[in-house]
Amino acid sequence: MNVLGIETSCDETAAAVVQNGTQILSNIIASQVDIHSRYGGIVPEVASRQHLLTMIPIIEDAMSQAQARWSDLDAIAVTNGPGLAGSLLVGVNMAKAIAMAQGLPIIGINHLEAHIYANWLEGRAPDFPVVCLIVSGGHTDLVLMRGHGDYQLLGRTRDDAAGEAFDKVARILGLGYPGGPAIEQAAVDGNGTTHHLPRAWLKGTDDFSFSGLKTAVLRLVQENDDISVANVAASFQESVVDVLVSKTMDAARRLGARQVLLCGGVASNRLLRQTMAQRSPIPILIPSPILCTDNAAMTASCGYFRLKAGETSGWDLDVEPNLRLA
Amino acid sequence: MLINTVSESPEETQQVGMQLGKLSQPGEVFLLVGGLGVGKTCLTQGIAWGLGIEGYAASPSFVLINQYRGRLPLYHIDLYRLDSIEEVTEVGLDDYLYGNGVCVVEWAEKAWAVLPRENLTVEMSFFSDTSRSITLKPNGKRYVEMISQLSITQRAKEGKRWSLP
Repeated sequence: MNVLGIETSCDETAAAVVQNGTQILSNIIASQVDIHSRYGGIVPEVASRQHLLTMIPIIEDAMSQAQARWSDLDAIAVTNGPGLAGSLLVGVNMAKAIAMAQGLPIIGINHLEAHIYANWLEGRAPDFPVVCLIVSGGHTDLVLMRGHGDYQLLGRTRDDAAGEAFDKVARILGLGYPGGPAIEQAAVDGNGTTHHLPRAWLKGTDDFSFSGLKTAVLRLVQENDDISVANVAASFQESVVDVLVSKTMDAARRLGARQVLLCGGVASNRLLRQTMAQRSPIPILIPSPILCTDNAAMTASCGYFRLKAGETSGWDLDVEPNLRLA
Repeated sequence: MLINTVSESPEETQQVGMQLGKLSQPGEVFLLVGGLGVGKTCLTQGIAWGLGIEGYAASPSFVLINQYRGRLPLYHIDLYRLDSIEEVTEVGLDDYLYGNGVCVVEWAEKAWAVLPRENLTVEMSFFSDTSRSITLKPNGKRYVEMISQLSITQRAKEGKRWSLP
């Protein structure tokens, strides 16, 4: 079964063709990061206009790279939330138009669920139950997955998402946007034990909080004129990773998970990947960096498993900017 | 007329927000002013609770606008990433700002010129490591009435003030 995936929830315009939910035939991503970097982040109106410009060429690329004709497709999967309303609308309406013209079924996909399915594209089927940590610029969600489509939200951030904390601290340190790669790069020459920055454990819950850490970094920088940016970046990264890994391990142990899945843009951070691998007594699955950031192959994969379970969406499929996983 | 208080904890800041949320009417605009870490999102969490919205209103910095359904719709707007009035107008906020919901705008100082003249301006700053100064400045009759109904102890304590960039 060949599924065309379409993803426009944020600032990446992406289309992909995936066979049987696991085999990537094509995976095309047009990033708007250069356009948005002058704003230090994403601007919704700019994003949706850019999606409109790039959507059709990206789909054509995905089809030709997969050497697929319309008649080779069995369904279309499209992200319908969560994300920016204007951006989501471009993808959803495009998907509807193609589906209607080609007589194909359509299925709306939760972007967070799609991130989890990036793991199926790595040639391995996770062993349920799994604990998933979804970390990106807009999300920090810890989820228990008992089977396909069976989720329990364990916790999420109460203030800043982990990726957002990276962006804000990068701005405090004058490192530019996007903050994740910038901090990671600056931290290479730093010592992460120089400053012991706070960790918000929020004991008794699986929730996260990164706002206090951001404030602590701000104060540290303000009070010390000639501070080493590399050491602050490394210490900040150390603190975020410590909290993410410890809380994920706690949940996995408590709930008897067989595996831990890591996904979302921040999952491409090397320290997070290494630390999770070192501290986990159970196997951890992390997609390769290209599948961690927003892409449509994960959308198509997730769509395949939903369709296999007998689900489809109607023509009234709408965007849901605040869609939650469970 | 203005109210000046000192919040000794995030919970106290949320309490102030909760009172504002409870008193809110359709079309309310709260403009929050103050640097990183002074508790703007924290105050907004309280406003959301006051409107009967469950959970934590997380920071909208990444997406610029979060919407919630409560007793009234809440539009939580964050101009943190924007650097000029042109960028703010490009985002297209008027439908929210002049609608029937409650608008909370973080980093309002970046866009005074395009924000409603009638508003409750909330200035927040560091008072000490753990406490924050909160000043409520009503602009317009309805907001003067609103803050006259608040039960907040006015505390303009002497203390170390942190300078922000």
